Amino acid sequence: MKQIDARGLSCPQPVIMARKGMAELSGGKLEVLVDSVTSRDNVMRAARLEGCETEVSAKDDEFSVIISKK
Amino acid sequence: MKAGFFATRWGIVAVGLFIGVAAALLQYLGNPPNMGVCVACMERDIAGALGLHRAAVVQYLRPEIMGFVIGSLIAALLFKEYRARSGSAPIVRFCLGMFAMIGALVFLGCPWRALLRLAGGDWNALVGIAGLTVGIGVGVLFLKGGYNLGRTYKAKPFAGLIMPLIMVALFAMLMAKPLFGRAKQVVDGVETIIITGPVFFSAEGPGSMAAPVAVSLLVAIAIGFLAQRSRFCTMGAVRDVILTRDFHLVSGIVALVVAALAANLVLKQFHPGWEGQPIAHANHLWNFMGMALSGLAFSLAGGCPGRQLILSGEGDGDAAVFVLGMIVGAGFAHNFTIASSPAGPALFGPAAVVIGIVFCLIVGFAMREKFA
Repeated sequence: MKQIDARGLSCPQPVIMARKGMAELSGGKLEVLVDSVTSRDNVMRAARLEGCETEVSAKDDEFSVIISKK
Repeated sequence: MKAGFFATRWGIVAVGLFIGVAAALLQYLGNPPNMGVCVACMERDIAGALGLHRAAVVQYLRPEIMGFVIGSLIAALLFKEYRARSGSAPIVRFCLGMFAMIGALVFLGCPWRALLRLAGGDWNALVGIAGLTVGIGVGVLFLKGGYNLGRTYKAKPFAGLIMPLIMVALFAMLMAKPLFGRAKQVVDGVETIIITGPVFFSAEGPGSMAAPVAVSLLVAIAIGFLAQRSRFCTMGAVRDVILTRDFHLVSGIVALVVAALAANLVLKQFHPGWEGQPIAHANHLWNFMGMALSGLAFSLAGGCPGRQLILSGEGDGDAAVFVLGMIVGAGFAHNFTIASSPAGPALFGPAAVVIGIVFCLIVGFAMREKFA
């Protein structure tokens, strides 16, 4: 699974990186690591706008957003 | 109301409606016209109160600024989103804050006030908003080209409390009104030392106009709280539409304008026109250019002035540095004859805007990296 590390970056960087990742995603899944709720929500919204599904898991202060195309 | 409500479209609309009505009411209760809330103007007043500039008509320790930061801190703590962090190019952010303020004071308002001016019938705001949009558009081009200020790093929790503590100190000074200044005065050849400000409080002009402190503070705490929950941001609103066709945040600013307009109509505060608008000038070129500079600086720094205050309340030390840059920038803007007045742009305003734009363009080009 391709992974994008957007921890420590503030929006819109995580969204830009996630969108780039989604554009290159032909099948399978993409994991985006972020460390703020704002970034998590923004990445999830960006994924929804692209018609993708998201799945979130939290660990300490960090979130992993797994994006998959429908 | 569940915690996730503010992440929804209706959540951000509700926050915009609240800010719009609250701003109109603050004006009704004494704040300057079309300035119910204006982060740039209010930080400029604080700079004046502290003696960082000596423009006697714009000096007041505005409790709204303190409330935004404290409200955000409360929300962040309650919802476990308080995270002390910093380390992402603070000196660059300081300078972006300085020039953002300079642009805002050439236009005479931050984006919040641009929206409130529009809602009050000041059509010059349209020119400013057009400039703001173009500035943000240029910022988006840099973002697409790989611009970013680098990662922030987790800090000790206390580091994030510095800005809220500064706000508490400012509030203490607002209550106590101490006089820290000493000046020589010569009367009939006899020299005496008189005690004077800072802290300064305007006796006339916009700085002397204010809603009751308790009302301003409580309303601002509510706005700070709601803005933290909803991530309300005027720059982000325009940026997201340009960058990703995401209309989430922009629905909040549309709601703000609609609510403020409705409230202004009810309170008889709507006076449409181009000329003679309160604390505004009608020089289209520099209204446009001032806001274009601000928009570019906001987008390079990742948030409008309101958003930067909210972020500084939830522990973001880099946003706090941007805020300090804005306050210092206000000092320069008034000391260096840069800030406009209702008569029009000041002597060195246009030159300062051009220098600011050049600075921002250099930052935009210089701070690029390719993502993996």
